[in-house]
Amino acid sequence: MSCTVSMTVNGKTVSREVEERTLLVTFLREHLGLTGTHVGCDTSQCGACVVHVDGRSVKSCTALAVQADGAEVTTIEGLAAADGTLHPMQAAFREHHGLQCGFCTPGMVMSAVDLVRENPNPTEAEIREGLEGNICRCTGYHNIVKAVKAGAEAMSAAQPAAVAAE
Amino acid sequence: MYAFTYQRPKSLADAAAAIQAEEAKLLGGGQTLLPTLKQRLAQPSDLIDLGGIAELKGIREADGGLEIGAFARHAEVAHSDLVKRVIPALASLAEGIGDRQVRNMGTLGGSIANADPSADYPSAVVALKAAVTTDRRTIAGDDFFTGMFETALEPGEIIKSVRFARPDKAAYAKFRNPASRYAIVGVFVARFGGEVRVAVTGAAGSVFRAEAFESALAADFRADALNGLSVEADGLNADIHASAEYRAHLVTVMAKRAVAAAG
Repeated sequence: MSCTVSMTVNGKTVSREVEERTLLVTFLREHLGLTGTHVGCDTSQCGACVVHVDGRSVKSCTALAVQADGAEVTTIEGLAAADGTLHPMQAAFREHHGLQCGFCTPGMVMSAVDLVRENPNPTEAEIREGLEGNICRCTGYHNIVKAVKAGAEAMSAAQPAAVAAE
Repeated sequence: MYAFTYQRPKSLADAAAAIQAEEAKLLGGGQTLLPTLKQRLAQPSDLIDLGGIAELKGIREADGGLEIGAFARHAEVAHSDLVKRVIPALASLAEGIGDRQVRNMGTLGGSIANADPSADYPSAVVALKAAVTTDRRTIAGDDFFTGMFETALEPGEIIKSVRFARPDKAAYAKFRNPASRYAIVGVFVARFGGEVRVAVTGAAGSVFRAEAFESALAADFRADALNGLSVEADGLNADIHASAEYRAHLVTVMAKRAVAAAG
């Protein structure tokens, strides 16, 4: 029982024949080779697998690839500019050392970008609440929160009109 | 996950036809069903994705209250200006479900059809005198939840929308499990003129009304009116998170917080 799934991933149209039970994260990692999206808990708790589907952050381990048929999907690989310049949120995570082992980082960054899109100037409490669906076992979150705050400021400074429009 | 056939009907009529297949299951946002399938706890022949059906979407003002489509995602309800204006307590309940990513996928219809004893929405369905409209009939909110993971829905019956009455005052207070964010105890208090409804979720196998609380609050709508009142611990849920006695205690505490928040 297979079907054709087509979607736009990081700006590129892709189409693959997959089993209907294929998870979105499996589609991204194993069919498209985009291994930046991680599988942590595989039970929709940890958020390592967060990607954007039509601009909303979702846990790709708890979505079927066919549910995203026709959608615009952005993964961590799609955030940086074509020339390799990091997205302001990625740069902030590096600058503020918002990671230790780095396993949760792709999901953290994707959730943070979605959070800032909705709330361009989040308080520390709003950041902590906004990252409830992402678990980090190393850092204690302190530097992650600092990074998101700085990333939010950088995103606003980089494109105030665009952020406000969304 | 066992293999299944995936279908994405475009209309309610097509979905109603598809769900007649022997072992077919409806798919809402999938935030409970997909984890269940991944653990191989269910083996549906067909998954009928309701995400392509326009009739199940949207949030409208109706009869002074709200009519919310079954496929409204929790994040939509939480961020809707209409919901925030007409029944702000409902927006705030939706904003407290799960986490951001779960709210971006999970749906109202999926939540109440699943009838998890710790889910948030059942308390609003009961407290806000809801009417659940399906492809076959309308079910009163008071009659909808019949037990743990059990509802009045017949096999293959599909929820279209839920109508919530607009209360004069309302609030939802929950003591949540910090890991799952499900309600260990959640209490929705709503006041309609001289009538007060207090619906409790998380504490028992299914949502229930605390009648003694309701009459006390109908006479005097203040948190202190609940002093000395409590529900029987007998028959309440007990697990690693909270004993039945502790849940009984939390029902009073959450009810008081809800009354205070409702103002």
